[in-house]
Amino acid sequence: MNADAQTLLEVRGLRTVFHALDGAWPAVDGVDLSVSRGEVLGLVGESGSGKSVTGFSLVQLIDPPGEIIQGSVAFKGEDLRAATPERLRALRGDRIAMIFQDPLMTLNPVLSVGEQMAEAILEHRAMPRAEALKLAAQALARVGIPSPEARLKQFPHEFSGGMRQRVAIATALLNEPDLIIADEPTTALDVTIQSQILYEVQKLARETGTAVIWITHDLAVVAELADRIAVMYAGRIVETGPVDLVLDAPRHPYTQGLLGSSATLVAPGGRLNQIEGMAPRIDSRPSGCPFRPRCPRSLPVCAEIDPPPTFDGARQFRCHNPAQPMVTTP
Amino acid sequence: MSIAPEAMTPLREKVLRRIRSRPTLRGAAILLGILVALALLAPVIAPQNPHDLASLSVMDNRLPPGATAMNGMTYWLGTDAQGRDMLSAIFYGLRTSLMVGLSATLGALVIGVAAGLMAAQFGGAIDAAIMRVVDFMLGFPSILVALVLLASIGRGVDKVILAIVMVQWAQYARLMRASALVERRKEYIEAAVNFGLPTRHIMLAHLLPNAIGSVLVVASISIAGAITLEATLSFLGVGVPVTQPSLGLLIANGFEFLLSGEYWIAVFPGIALVLLIMSLNLVGDRLRRSLNVRS
Amino acid sequence: MTAFVLQRLIQSVFVLLAVSVVVFFAVYGIGDPIELLVPPQVSDAERQALIQRLGLDLPVWQQYFTFMANALKGDLGRSFVHGVPAIELILARLPATVELVLLAMALAILVGVPLGLYAGLDPDSRPSRLIMAGTVLGFSLPNFWKGMMLILLFSVVLGLLPTAGRGETVSVLGVQTSLLTANGLKHLILPALNLSIPNMALLTRLVAAGTSEAMGQDYVRYARAKGVRPRRIVGRHVLRNILIPVVTVVGIEFGSLVAFSTITETVFAWPGMGKLLIDSIYQLDRPVVVAYVMLATLLFVSVNFLVDVLYAALDPRVKLAGDSA
Repeated sequence: MNADAQTLLEVRGLRTVFHALDGAWPAVDGVDLSVSRGEVLGLVGESGSGKSVTGFSLVQLIDPPGEIIQGSVAFKGEDLRAATPERLRALRGDRIAMIFQDPLMTLNPVLSVGEQMAEAILEHRAMPRAEALKLAAQALARVGIPSPEARLKQFPHEFSGGMRQRVAIATALLNEPDLIIADEPTTALDVTIQSQILYEVQKLARETGTAVIWITHDLAVVAELADRIAVMYAGRIVETGPVDLVLDAPRHPYTQGLLGSSATLVAPGGRLNQIEGMAPRIDSRPSGCPFRPRCPRSLPVCAEIDPPPTFDGARQFRCHNPAQPMVTTP
Repeated sequence: MSIAPEAMTPLREKVLRRIRSRPTLRGAAILLGILVALALLAPVIAPQNPHDLASLSVMDNRLPPGATAMNGMTYWLGTDAQGRDMLSAIFYGLRTSLMVGLSATLGALVIGVAAGLMAAQFGGAIDAAIMRVVDFMLGFPSILVALVLLASIGRGVDKVILAIVMVQWAQYARLMRASALVERRKEYIEAAVNFGLPTRHIMLAHLLPNAIGSVLVVASISIAGAITLEATLSFLGVGVPVTQPSLGLLIANGFEFLLSGEYWIAVFPGIALVLLIMSLNLVGDRLRRSLNVRS
Repeated sequence: MTAFVLQRLIQSVFVLLAVSVVVFFAVYGIGDPIELLVPPQVSDAERQALIQRLGLDLPVWQQYFTFMANALKGDLGRSFVHGVPAIELILARLPATVELVLLAMALAILVGVPLGLYAGLDPDSRPSRLIMAGTVLGFSLPNFWKGMMLILLFSVVLGLLPTAGRGETVSVLGVQTSLLTANGLKHLILPALNLSIPNMALLTRLVAAGTSEAMGQDYVRYARAKGVRPRRIVGRHVLRNILIPVVTVVGIEFGSLVAFSTITETVFAWPGMGKLLIDSIYQLDRPVVVAYVMLATLLFVSVNFLVDVLYAALDPRVKLAGDSA
């Protein structure tokens, strides 16, 4: 176990497969991650890259036909893969909170918002219901929802999409967790509300010392929000490091490609380049480096050997033919 | 791709078992085939003609299964209160039950499909009127509607068929209308309308054949329902006449002897009825699933 | 809310009116009851007097208006056979049917909902498959056949329970009930079980399908991510969602239970209004048949009305304004 007191979450060699008749397809294929206390990690990838499954695997919320078959997840030194269901339940929502992608689907339509917020507290500590509702109202006020007491009595369909996602964020904050895993929480929202929520999450994380894993396909969001970045492709982390370092001078061709196709990150007047081709389906990944068929820098060796992780200072990447780091000029 | 050894977990076995498990259709289909064959061939293979009262020997009444008749033949399933051979009675009963179930379903199908097609084609007031009647019919339990109807028109094979048609046509009308409405939105129908083809031609040559599939699948399952309804009505004494007993009526006739331990008079026709209904249900359900129709 | 209730009430009255027309003409318009009621040896004068007394000489539409005018006063005609008001005859039989139907519904819920939850939470287990296979038998086998098999098993073979009648009853507030005597309950249990089996099967399937669907929903996953205990997830998040279709089905099926009680009452010789209907059909006692249908319709319509209101109260997404029409 990692002895570093600053390390909150340490993931090693995590593999999550989905069983099918003709195989056990790895959605997460040997992922290493680490998150320090209070740190915001941006987990980036296209859809199908395994980033959401990674998020759910961290809290062991994988249902059949999915299964976590290898690796370790150490949270504050405790191995979550070996934890009992009751121990995991006690951690979820209390020390590790999650925010889901679709705010329309995550709230139970027939239970009041107040009940669904209060239960997040009451399932973890004994207190009068009225007191839990008071805490819920405070949390709603914190994410900028007006007249929170009245709102608690309402049902999810009476909230707009943005408001619902604020409810989810407020719920995640209720127990002052050590870690929040947010799975594309702003994708379904329009841009104005999105940046508002980003700002609020960043502020709240700073204030409470909560670490955040922000799962997204949007590099611009990560640039704005995260301390560190992990880029996922075909179930593995292909490049990770401090966000400034990686985004300023990506070494993996995939990171470069993502950066080149992000409208907000290309300098004004620069060319916008889509990465050619599609991410491979989970059941048809190529041999060797999975990015090879789409890679402009591929070598013969890429078809043979899956590139192992290479360390380069604070960053790490998996590529046989990485781009050279640019010399930064002051 | 070969499966990595570390993925060969107990959970994998469980998941695969679930994906693979699909109950077999063959057993039900074979059983249904046998029952239909028995019904069709009843006059040829039945040891006795149970409708011919002259051939019955009252001396042989209520004999247990396997008993020997006065004339030396064996009653494999025993006899009823009139000395009728139960095996023969069951063959003929299957015939009546199947005939009523099939005719009633066919009749209800014709009326329902016509009504649904008209509702979908003409819309407006015609649609509203037809659907109002359909809703009204479907609002009442079928057994009650059939009972009251038969109470006023009396019993008889034709009347039972009429009663079942009356309670079943509405569901086909609703299905057909829904299915035809979907079909009408397709481009080829629009093209036919724009081309100026007569309404009757569009309805019969395009709408009907393309929209009727799901209705037919549901009808195949409803045959079992029609047979159950007939058996129930006959059991209650308002169904088929005693001269042409169906399985339901055979069961009713045996009911009074059940308590005294002469189980065979009611139980064997009952088993035949249950096998018939279950095999029809299973075959119909498979058909529905394989054609992916929601009922 | 008031607009909604009012609108549904008006609809209900129209349904009742339509039923009265259809049933009256169906029952009175076809066939001739005189043949059956009047012995052939009576004189023509006696015959005419009888026909006049029963009002059978009037045109059918006139008979209908007389019938409706009387119906509004609570008079649904006199039984041809018993010579007493039909409604009295039926009301006397009502408690027996009501207790049968209520117990059957209670059994269906008490057995069907837990079985469905079990089968829905662990659909691949052997017991769950057994339950689901059982439900297919439960609603596809003819009701009278199941009743006979219950009698064969529990009465003839095991000798545990009686086969017919209501057994001992006691009077509670002037209503006879079998629910409160041991002997009455022994008589009640088989018919109630028989009547409940199709609904038990239906509820089991409904709850199983609802549970397995709800368990796969994001809101359940989210509740798990919040650390909500499994007991609360099932008992509150899942059950609260299933409750809506269950209440609807229980309401709708209440009507079919009353209808199907005719079969169960016939098999078990249970002296309820269903058995009365069958007996009246045999005897061509038309006023009783018509009165039965009118009362049954009133019952269905009122129950459907209650279900609609309850449904609206249970599902926060349903708006109770008049705008639903």
